[in-house]
Amino acid sequence: MKARHRVHMVLAGALLAPGTIFAQAGGAVATEFRWLTFTAFGAIIALTMFVTWLAARRVKDASQFYAAGRSVSGIQNGWAIAGDYLSAASFLGIAGLISLYGYDGFMYSVGWLVAYITVLLLIAEPCRNIGKYTLGDILAFRNHPKKARTVAAISTITVSIFYLTAQMVGGGVLVKTLIGIDYEVSVIAVGVLMLAYVIFGGMVATTWVQIIKAVLLVTASLLLVFFTWLPYGFSLPGFLEAAVGDPKVQMQVAKLLGDPAATMSAAELGQRFLEPGLYLKNPIDQISLGLALVLGTAGMPHILMRFFTVPTARDARTSVLWAMGIIGGFYILTLFLGLGAAINVGAGKISAIDAGGNMAGPLLAQYVGGGADSVLGNLFLAFVAAVAFATIVAVVAGLVLASASAMSHDIWVGVIKGDRTTPGEEVRAARISSLIVGVVAIVIGIAAKGQNVAHLVALAFAVAASSNLPAVLLTLYWRKCNTAGIVLGMTVGALSAIALVMVSPNMTYPNAVRAQNQPVIAAAPAKIAAAEANLAAIINDAERASAQNALDNAKAVLATAQAKIAAVEGQTTSMVGLEAPLMSLRNPGIISIPLGFLCVFLGSLAYRDKRADEMWEELYVRQNTGIHAEGAVAH
Amino acid sequence: MDARTRTVNWAAVNADPRFRELHRRKSRFLWGLMAFSVLYYFLLPLGAAYATELFKVKLWGPVNVGLVFAWSQFLVAWGIAFIYARRANGEFDALAAQINRDAMAKATRSAA
Repeated sequence: MKARHRVHMVLAGALLAPGTIFAQAGGAVATEFRWLTFTAFGAIIALTMFVTWLAARRVKDASQFYAAGRSVSGIQNGWAIAGDYLSAASFLGIAGLISLYGYDGFMYSVGWLVAYITVLLLIAEPCRNIGKYTLGDILAFRNHPKKARTVAAISTITVSIFYLTAQMVGGGVLVKTLIGIDYEVSVIAVGVLMLAYVIFGGMVATTWVQIIKAVLLVTASLLLVFFTWLPYGFSLPGFLEAAVGDPKVQMQVAKLLGDPAATMSAAELGQRFLEPGLYLKNPIDQISLGLALVLGTAGMPHILMRFFTVPTARDARTSVLWAMGIIGGFYILTLFLGLGAAINVGAGKISAIDAGGNMAGPLLAQYVGGGADSVLGNLFLAFVAAVAFATIVAVVAGLVLASASAMSHDIWVGVIKGDRTTPGEEVRAARISSLIVGVVAIVIGIAAKGQNVAHLVALAFAVAASSNLPAVLLTLYWRKCNTAGIVLGMTVGALSAIALVMVSPNMTYPNAVRAQNQPVIAAAPAKIAAAEANLAAIINDAERASAQNALDNAKAVLATAQAKIAAVEGQTTSMVGLEAPLMSLRNPGIISIPLGFLCVFLGSLAYRDKRADEMWEELYVRQNTGIHAEGAVAH
Repeated sequence: MDARTRTVNWAAVNADPRFRELHRRKSRFLWGLMAFSVLYYFLLPLGAAYATELFKVKLWGPVNVGLVFAWSQFLVAWGIAFIYARRANGEFDALAAQINRDAMAKATRSAA
C-alpha cells in the first residue's frame, strides 16, 4: 500500500511537473546568454569557411569536385563517414529517446552500427574498385549505361530528398528551439552555408566539414560523459544505481506504464527503465526497421560516394573500420548522455521543451556546466548547440553533393551528352546542379514547416534498401543480373516502399487525431483550474515560480491539442484518402526489400542482355583484384 | 604508357586457378560472417520482445542481461570487422596483388 501511495504522489508530481522556463524566452538559451551561442556558431562557421576557401583553390576538375582527387586517407575518410552519417537524429534524437524511454532508446541505436558490417563486407571495396563518382557508375558498368544511369539518378535523388527534407525541417526546428531565431531564417541559414561548402569546395570542402564536425561531436560527447559520470567515480553500477534510484526516472516510468505501475514499488519502476518495452512495442516493426538500416546504409548514395574519395580498396576498408569505431563508440556514449539527462534534467523538463526529447543532450550540457543561470552552463550549452548545427550542415552537404553528382554526372554528362564533355564543363554542371538541389532543399524545408517528417529518415533507408541495395549487390555478385532486372527491381522496390508508407500509421489520420485530442481538451479546464487554485494558495516565492510553470504547462497542453484538431479541420481522410491506416507496420522494409530483390531476379531472368553477360568476367575480376581501378590524382 | 589503356584478358584471369581460389575463400568467409552478423543482430529485437524475462535478469547491480546483450552487439560488430580486416589485409590482398601483377605483365606483352 505504501508503494502504491508513493506512485500516486509521483503521478501527481508528473502532472504538476516544473515546466518550461525557456519556452517563453523563445529558445533553450536565455536571452542574456544568446551572445555565447552566436559566438560558438560564428567560430564554427568561420573555421569551416576557411577550410572551404582552401579547398576551393584545389577544386578544378570533376575528380576533385566529386571525389576529392581520391587523395583522402583511410583514417580521414573514416572520420568523414562518421560525420556524414551521425545526423542530428543520432546525436540529439537517440540521447533523447534514452532519456525518455531508457533501454529501448539504446537498443534502437544498435542497428545503425551493425549496418556498417554490410558496407564493409559486401559493398565498400568492390564499389571502390569498379566505380568512379556515383551509384550510376557502378550500375552502368555492365548494364545498359543510359538506362542504368537514369534509374540510379532518380533513385539517388529520391532517397536524398527524403533524407534532406527530414534534415532541413529538423535543423530549422532545432536552431529555433535552441536560440529562438525564426524557423525560416534557420532553414535558409543551413541551406546557404551548405551551398557555400558544396559549390565552392566540392567534395574536398565537404570532407573537411564532415571531419571537423565528427571531431567536435566526439569531443563534446566525451566531455559531457566525463562530467556526467565523474560524480559516480566512473563506476558503472554506481551510475546505473543512481539512474534507477532517481525519483524523476521512476516518475517517468510510472507515467509511461499507466495503470500497471500502481502495483509496482519505486525500485521496480526504476529498474524497469533498463528493461525493454517502454517505447518499441511491435517486434515486427523493429525487425522491419532493422532490415532497412542493415541493408539501406550500404545503398545510401552519400555514403557510397565517400568510398570514391580514397586511393585504394584497402583504404576504403580502413575507412569503414575507423567509421565503425567512431560511430559505435559514439552510441555507447549516448547511453550515458541519455541516462545522465534523465537523472539530472528529468524527462518532464526534457519533453516539455521538445516532445521527442531532442533537447536532452543540450540541457544536460547546461546542467553539468552549472545550470541555466551560470555563464559556464550556457557556454557549454552554446558549444553543444553549435556542434548540433555543424552536424546538420555536414550531413546536408553530403546529401546535396550526392544528388548533384547524380544530376550532373549521370543525367547531364552520361545520358544527355553521351559522355562527351570537357572536365571544365562537367564541374560547371556539377556546381549548377548543387545550386538547384540546394535551392529545392531550402524551398521544401520551408514548405514542410510544422509537418511531422521524422518518418522520412526511415523511409529514405527503406527506399535505399529496397531499390539501390538489391541492384548494386546483384550487379556485383550475380552473373545473370542485367538491365531489365535492375530497372524493374529499383522501380518496384522504391515505389512499394513509398506506397506502403503512404498507407501506414505514419500519415496523419484526421479522425484519429480528433479521437486522441478531444479527451485532452475535455480534461484541460479542470487541470487549469486546479493549477490556478494551487497557484493562488501559494505564498512562498520559490514555489510560486514552479506553480506558475505548472499552470503555463496545462495551458500549453490545451493549446497544442486545439492546434492539432484545428490542423485537420474539415478533413476525414489522410493524404491518400484513407480514414484509417491499411496496415499496422510503420516501417515498410520487411515487405519492400524482399520485393525489390525478387523483381531484380525476375527481370533479369525474363530478358536477355548480352552486354551484362559479356561484362561479367571483367566486373568480377576487377572488383576482386582492383585491376584498372581509378587511381588517385597527384597534386 | 598508362596502365589503364592496356587490354587485359578478363576471361583468362577469371579462369586462373589462383583467382578461383581467391573467389572461393573470400565468398565462403564473407557470406558466413555476414549471415552470422545479421542473425546475431536480430536476436536483439527478438529477445527484447519474446525473451523479456531473460532480459530482465539482473547480473551486476542494476546491470541486466538485456543491457549486457546490447553491449555485446557492439563488441561483436567490432570483432567481425577486425577479423575480416585482418584476413583481408593479409591473405586476400596478397593474392589479389599477385593476380593483378601477373595480369598486367601479360597485358603488357600482348600489347608489345
